[in-house]
Formats: sequence, C-alpha cells, structure tokens
Amino acid sequence: MEQDTLLSEMTQSIIDGNRNQAEILAREAVSQGMDLNAVIEQGFVPGIQRVGDLWEQGEYFLPELITSAECMKAVMNILQPELDKANIRARSLGKVVIGTIEGDIHDIGKSLVASMLGANGFDVVDLGADVKLDRFIATAQEVEADLICVSALLTTTMLLQKTLVAHLREQGLLDRFKVMVGGAPVNQRWAQDIGAHGYAENAMTAVQAVKELLGSRLEP
Amino acid sequence: MISKIRPKLQLLPQALVEKIIQEAYVLLERTGVFVENEEAVQLFKDAGMRVDGPEQRVFITPALVSDCLGSTPTSITMYGRDGERAYTVGGDEVHFDPGSAAVTILDPATRRQRRAETSDLVRFVRLTDVLPHIDFQSTGLISGDVPDIISDSYRLYIGLLYSAKPIVTGTFRVEGFAPMLEMLTAVRGGAQALADKPLAIFDACPSPALKWSHLTTQSLIDAARAGIPSELISMGMTGATSPVTIAGTLVQHVAENLCGVVICQLANKGAPVIFGGSPSSFDMRKGTTPMGAIETMMIDGGYAQIAKHMGLPTHAYMGLSDSKLNDSQAGLETGIGAVLAVLAGVNVISGPGMLDFESCQSLEKLVIDNEICGMALRLVQGIEQRDEELALPLFEEFSSGTQFLTMPHTRRWYREEHIFPDIIDRDTYEAWVSAGEKDSGERAGDRVEELLQQSIPNLVDPELQDRLRALMQADASNNGIAALPPLD
Repeated sequence: MEQDTLLSEMTQSIIDGNRNQAEILAREAVSQGMDLNAVIEQGFVPGIQRVGDLWEQGEYFLPELITSAECMKAVMNILQPELDKANIRARSLGKVVIGTIEGDIHDIGKSLVASMLGANGFDVVDLGADVKLDRFIATAQEVEADLICVSALLTTTMLLQKTLVAHLREQGLLDRFKVMVGGAPVNQRWAQDIGAHGYAENAMTAVQAVKELLGSRLEP
Repeated sequence: MISKIRPKLQLLPQALVEKIIQEAYVLLERTGVFVENEEAVQLFKDAGMRVDGPEQRVFITPALVSDCLGSTPTSITMYGRDGERAYTVGGDEVHFDPGSAAVTILDPATRRQRRAETSDLVRFVRLTDVLPHIDFQSTGLISGDVPDIISDSYRLYIGLLYSAKPIVTGTFRVEGFAPMLEMLTAVRGGAQALADKPLAIFDACPSPALKWSHLTTQSLIDAARAGIPSELISMGMTGATSPVTIAGTLVQHVAENLCGVVICQLANKGAPVIFGGSPSSFDMRKGTTPMGAIETMMIDGGYAQIAKHMGLPTHAYMGLSDSKLNDSQAGLETGIGAVLAVLAGVNVISGPGMLDFESCQSLEKLVIDNEICGMALRLVQGIEQRDEELALPLFEEFSSGTQFLTMPHTRRWYREEHIFPDIIDRDTYEAWVSAGEKDSGERAGDRVEELLQQSIPNLVDPELQDRLRALMQADASNNGIAALPPLD
C-alpha cells in the first residue's frame, strides 16, 4: 500500500475508534520499516486531533472520545517497543504522574484526563485512585515527572490537594514539579489559593492546560 | 361505595422484572462482589460462600440470597423523637426527606453557592422540622466550620437537637458509628428501645460496579446489630460505572443491593433493610450525573418496582434538580421526580431542597419543594367517591341561577378535595404586582424567614441536651478537637 494511503487510513482508524484496524496499520508500518515518528506525527496524531475537534464541535461525546484515546494507547503499545529498539526517542510532550487523592475512590474523571493526555502525546503514569500523598511525590521523583495531576471528587478529600502542595513546598520540590488539580468541587480559585500551578475543568481543557503549563520547559 | 385506587407507575413488564432479578442472581454467583471488609468476608465464609484471592471477591449463591430475602422485614416502622407518631416504611406508603449531605448552600442574596456552616445546618434542620409534607429529617448539610473527621456525628447531633422527626443519616468513617449510636440511644432511653422504635436510617453506598467498601460494609454490620435500618444506595452511572442500558444498569443495581441485604442478614438475621439508590443517567457530553434526567427517574422507578416484587421497603433519590438556581429547571425536575416517585410508591424519597447533582442545598428550594411534595401526595390519594350519589342531588333544583359556591356540599368537601398552596402563585396580575412582583424563589425566601421566626425551636429537654452535647464533645475530644462552634 502507498505510504500516503496508509497514513490517512491511520488517521481514519483513530477517528473511527477502530482499535483492530489501528493495530493492524501500526504493525504494517513496522513491517514496512516506515519512519515511525512520521507514522505517529502524520498518521495517528492527526486522528486524535480531529477527534478533539469533533468533541469541541459537539459531534463526539465521551464514548467516542475515550474509545479513540484508547486506540491511540494501543497503537503506542505497538510502536513504543520498536522506537526503543531503534533507540529513537518519541517526541514526548512531557511526563505526567496522575491519580485520585487518598481517601477518594472516584476515578472516572481522573481516568478520562489520563487517557486524553496519553492520546495527545504525554507520557502518563496513572497511579489509580486512593493514592497516598507520599506516593505521588515518590513516583514523580522516580520517573522524573514534569507534572503531578491530582484529582479529588469530595470536598473532604479536596483539602489534601492543599496538603500535597504544602509537602512539595516543604521538600523544595515545587520548582521541580508543576502541580495541576481537578475534580468536581475544585475550581480555578481553589487552585490559586493552595498554590497549585494549574487547574482544568474537564479532560479536553486539561490537555490544553497541560500544554500551556509545560510549554515553557518544552521549548528547546 | 366504590373503593378508590391508588394510581401507580409500572415501568417494567413482569417478565422483565423476573429476568433482571435472575441476571442479578447470576452476577452474584458467577461474577461475585468485592467486599473490602474482613468481618463481612468472615460472615460470608461462615455462611459457606466462596471467597477468592487477595481482592476478597465474594461469590454469593442464589440459595443464600433467597434465604436472606426471606428474613428481611417487608416493612419498617419509624418513630419520631417522642416515640409516638409511627411512619410505615413499606407497602405504598411514601415519605419525603431532604436530599442529604450537601456540601454547599445556595445563598439567595448572591445567587452563589457557599460553604455551609453550623448556623446554616441549624436553620436547615429547623425548617425541615416545620414543613408539613417532609416527613423525615435528613442530615442534609455538612458543616464546614467543624473538622471533617467529626462531620458525620456532628450533623446527627444538630439534627437530634433541633428536630423531632425521624432522621436519615450515615457515617463518613468507621469510628463514626459508635458516637452516633450513643446519641440515638440517649434520645430513645436505651438500646432495646431504639431497636424497637427506630429513630434513624443509616445510608450506605456500595461503589459501582459490584463493590462494598470497608466503611459502608461496616456501617451495614453495625446498624444491623443495633436494629437500625440501613438504606442501600447503589449509584451506577449508565455507561460509565454500570451498563449503558437502563435494563442492564438495573441488573447491576439489584445485585449490589442484594449483596447489601445479605450482609445485613448475616450480621443480624431479621435486620431492617431498605432497597434504595442514587443511580444516574451519565451525561456523555458533560461527564456529569444528572439527577433530574428522565432516564435517571426511570432507573429509580424500575428498581422500586423490582424491590416491591421482592417484598422490600424502597428508597430513591428523586425530587431534586441539577440546576444551580431556583429557576424553572429546578421546579420542573423536582416536580417530575416527586410525582413519579410517589406513583412508583417509593417509601423514602430523598431529594427536596437539592440542586447541582446532590451537592447543594437551598432553604428556598426546600420550601418550594415542600409544596411540590404536597401536590404529589395529594395525587396518590386518588379520586374518591365521597357521596352515595355523586352529583345528581346537587342538580335537583337546577335552574339558570344555580351556583355551587354556597351549597353546603361545597363547604363540606372543598378543603378535603383540594389543597391550597403557599408559595405557588395564583394571584391575579394586579394582586401579584401589588405584592411586589416577586418570583417563586423570592416568595420562598420570605417564607423561609417567616417560618424560622415563627417556629419555636423543637428542642429536646435540657437534660437530654446536656447529654447529647457531652457525647458530641467526647467524640470531638477523642479526635483532638477542643472546641465546637457555639449554638444559639
């Protein structure tokens, strides 16, 4: 198959949320020895960008959005080992540690954000729900994260977002890691009050907010 | 006389009711439920159930479920603080209580939500106490001015101090149960008296899908042993934490509730349990959980029908709104929900006063909703045959000058056949203008202040006040809290 045709089929497979097709195309690209960075940047990424547009336009709802994000993840699971083998560094937009704070088991919103960040080119370490404060910090240090994203659904657990920021400040880590907060009771004002760097209302705005937040450190 | 019928909502054909129950039984037996509580897991093992792996997944046989359904009371009688007025929770009896555990209150002056404080909770409890169509009190607000650790016992403490109605409450921590039980026992005058005449209902929420957390499972066990009714609040969100179809969500809902029923019965055979919930139609565009969605109400009506088929008392979160203000959306969602809930015969209907996905309470809305509840309650009283001959005698002297206003028959029946609203506007335009051109929210705000001024606080006797205060103070001290906010 022509490479251009392959690339546009890749784009379409993500738009359609067709995981089987996307995986077949990713393997095809590997076996043909295509430039994998081009495959990602010109094949699959335009698909997830189009999905984002369709969401913004009100055409796509959460099931389409998340299915496409999961497709993207499946594709990267195939391509990443090949990139590693060839010693090519995929252009990561940044490394994000994300989780729902301790005492809080609600993780739908957090998982949506994790999926969308992952699909949009960030390296995401999802710690799940009910994550201890220390674990956020330890993991961020271990993986050399750029950003820690902390979700809380309850007003009671929301207070721990403040504690996390305080801990980071005490340990002198607030310059090293940016902190973004989210969750139903959280708002921009709260983020400012507790000294977090960023806030996002939902999974789509989170992608934009993270890009802006990390923008300065990603420029060459 | 022809006996009246109680109008009823039936959303499911009988065959579908049975199919949903049958699939729920299969889920419990084949898929199992995560039970994160050692004591409950031991109870299941003692009952011969298989428990798998470190995740403690419990597989429940149909025989055990049937057995536990057999020992669960079909009806519960709640009593207010004085122990006299009885409220049946069973059959098609319906009782409204305000939506519980809001974290903010709508400030009518600013039209903004703000954190609720003790003084708000006191006003909320006192208002609920005097509203005639709201039978049960609820611990409807969480006070932001006391530390979170004691916010569960504190809201019950305020509820018991300022209201005589039965109260719907629940724990936020495993340790919260003991002080709350002590308060309830103090009001009733003894543990057996409390079991004989339940004063409070404890809500316990499984985590969708198919999980009972440590805290909520412990609440079920502790409440069952104290004879306190547990209200099981399953809350699947269609397409997010439960199947996207209404019937599919009902299967999961029934399975989670039946697991709760089994835990209660294993802890104490014969313990009172209410089959309830707060499921929602998950909004795929916004990622939110609208309580005012018609599909949410259809899930509620569906499981109420199923629970009745199984002979259990019922509860639902209905008669509330996702609106942020007391606008027409607030009224229409609350109105539709309240009407459908009473038609479905839901025994405990939680919702009045609530806005914004169960997160905000509004005193003004509570007053408006009281009126909605009154209308809904009137509806299910149905149409009665009042006289042997319905109308013919009234036409005996019929002429062009006949009017009904002065007939003794009119005077005899008008107050029983018709209810008279308090907040709803039935003024002529001129009268409305001269009354200040107020909308329903503004009229409700005026009424809130009147009611709170008029009503003499329904206080318990001074000795019991001291006892409750001591218990609350002890719980606070145990958690390192020196002082509680002052009460007026």
